[in-house]
Amino acid sequence: MSDIAIKVEDLSKAYQLGDFGTGTLSRDLERWWALARGKEDPFLKIGETNDRTSKGTSDIVWSLKDISFEINEGDAVGIIGRNGAGKSTLLKILSRVTSPTTGNIKVKGRIASLLEVGTGFHPELTGKENIFLNGAILGMRKAEIKKHFDAIVDFAGIERYIDTPVKRYSSGMYVRLAFAVAAHLESEILIVDEVLAVGDAEFQKKCLGKMGEVSKGQGRTVLFVSHNMGMINQLCNKSILLRDGFLLEYADTITITKTYLNQISEENNLFYNKKIESSNKTAEFSKICLLSNSIIKYSEPISIQFEGIVNEYIPGMLIGIGIQDVNLNRITTLIYELKINDIANNLFRGYLKIPGSIFAPNTYSFVFALWNKSTTIYDMIEKTCVFQVKDDGTEMALYEGLNNGYIIVSGKWQFENEII
Amino acid sequence: MATESPRQHWDLEIKPQTSVFDLHLKDVWAYRDLLWLLIRRDFVSFYKQTILGPLWFFIQPIFTTIIFTFIFGHLAKISTNGSPAPLFYMAGTVAWNYFADSLTKISTVFRDNANIFGKVYFPRLIMPVSIVFSSLVKFGVQFILFVILLFYYLFRQSGVQPNWYILLFPVVILLMAILGLGLGLIITALTTKYRDLAFVVAFGMQLLMYATPVIYPLSAAPAKYRSIIALNPMSGLIETFRYGFLGAGQFYPGAFIYSIVASIIIFLLGLIIFNKVEKNFVDTV
Repeated sequence: MSDIAIKVEDLSKAYQLGDFGTGTLSRDLERWWALARGKEDPFLKIGETNDRTSKGTSDIVWSLKDISFEINEGDAVGIIGRNGAGKSTLLKILSRVTSPTTGNIKVKGRIASLLEVGTGFHPELTGKENIFLNGAILGMRKAEIKKHFDAIVDFAGIERYIDTPVKRYSSGMYVRLAFAVAAHLESEILIVDEVLAVGDAEFQKKCLGKMGEVSKGQGRTVLFVSHNMGMINQLCNKSILLRDGFLLEYADTITITKTYLNQISEENNLFYNKKIESSNKTAEFSKICLLSNSIIKYSEPISIQFEGIVNEYIPGMLIGIGIQDVNLNRITTLIYELKINDIANNLFRGYLKIPGSIFAPNTYSFVFALWNKSTTIYDMIEKTCVFQVKDDGTEMALYEGLNNGYIIVSGKWQFENEII
Repeated sequence: MATESPRQHWDLEIKPQTSVFDLHLKDVWAYRDLLWLLIRRDFVSFYKQTILGPLWFFIQPIFTTIIFTFIFGHLAKISTNGSPAPLFYMAGTVAWNYFADSLTKISTVFRDNANIFGKVYFPRLIMPVSIVFSSLVKFGVQFILFVILLFYYLFRQSGVQPNWYILLFPVVILLMAILGLGLGLIITALTTKYRDLAFVVAFGMQLLMYATPVIYPLSAAPAKYRSIIALNPMSGLIETFRYGFLGAGQFYPGAFIYSIVASIIIFLLGLIIFNKVEKNFVDTV
């Protein structure tokens, strides 16, 4: 068994809500007095979990509560959770930007954190000067930076601009340089927070490749926070699922991904329902729901029902239904021109059935739009009716878990038996 | 958790509370390259895209000296203990500016660097220390100007007599550095929560200059106020600095020793308070 690189024990972090105003000084004195007498901190007594939607009774929230886990050396661990689950807080504590309220973390090796690329770049300094400055801020010694200097410049692809102040860089160049510095850190543990959502597609691919190389090739420990399940799946072998400050599950990425997506679909995305009492829009959807299950077999068809209201019929009104993957990339779009006969009493109700054996096993969601040929959008519902397609014996079933795209087509293979 | 082998070695432990005296000085040393790069950054970015470049360092003391000579020397006719007025004012200005510059910049270090401190960890102390050194670079340049002026008056033999107390010069500079650093650390640590202090610093530095023998010699102050002025640790330092180079006035051993003790206490206090605040300031700033 490999060694433990990070060991987190009963970690909690409390935040104070509201304004720090005139009450701060007296409260501080009260705290100090309580602690001086060896009593419990009155500040921490009245805590509650971090549910942002409901108004709590106290102004203390626990952003993280009693988190414990261990990460082995060489693991690439994804940290998943909705907004407010505590991901960023965990990373901030791990990278020592802030300290925990209770509990502790033990770390073996150096930690380099990439909470944001380009931290500490000075616009007036040249690319070269900034490489050294940024590297040093991230914890590199000068000699280390020198050693990697050529590789950094090469990776960023900015050789011509190396002696130009970075304020004259394009934003793409700026980000590339910043990532390049961080990617060449010599640390045993690398913490990354969604920085890859920058730059063009080609550079993103390069970054992902570099991250993979860091974790798989060099055997370094990587912690990666992202909303992008695709990236987590590609990079991380294990994942931690956080929810409202609690650690829900720590397991293989595949398992966690499923739990997370189910959690999402359970919460709000299974159907769309809006009670319309008085509508001032020209037209809008009132209800969208799947008629088929949210988990279907590859060969099964998908049925969806949608209802809406049209206050003013305009010829050329269109209904568009798109299907997208978890990263919200559009896979296909179906368009229908709404006719006057489809509407009764200003209302419409329609069904769409998509035959089976098209979508490859994966997770998808719908996007609904009501718009006009002149591209006026009346209503748009994103990321609704999440559904999963399960393999039920396609040719690809053998290769489940790999990313094989979103549709399965049957092709005809042919080989020449005699090669002259 | 129970299976942990006792031999497992940890490089770092992140805990909620650390001892008051655990100052991470080892960390600061490990980041010494960053310190040097920050000093360089401050210096280079100061004159980038200017025509006069580092010459700007000279302009401020020259004009301050001219104005002071005119107002305090010619209009108010405040004594300079027999030293040539421009030299007297420049000595005070250059030394005072070093202290004042460090202090004002350090007192906003948490606010100015909130963004970078919130994103990445490095020993926070590096930032204020780099400011002390950056200001020292500026002081060094301005000090050259002062030395040129000093030689001019030496050459003209206008009663300037540098003496052995000049050897205390490095000590004076060191004390001014740690005094400015210490006070700055205390103020910046407190301003993370109580912004009020930021306003105090803004006009307080101007008032403090008049409570320090910068534009007048301590001997010119009425006797009953003299001990109050000497309570300001900067008084003993400025007086010693000026006496060593100009030889006018006198050396106050009591005030000087008091300055040493006060500077060291304030410095240590600043370190401890800063260290306590730095861990969680991201949550409150």
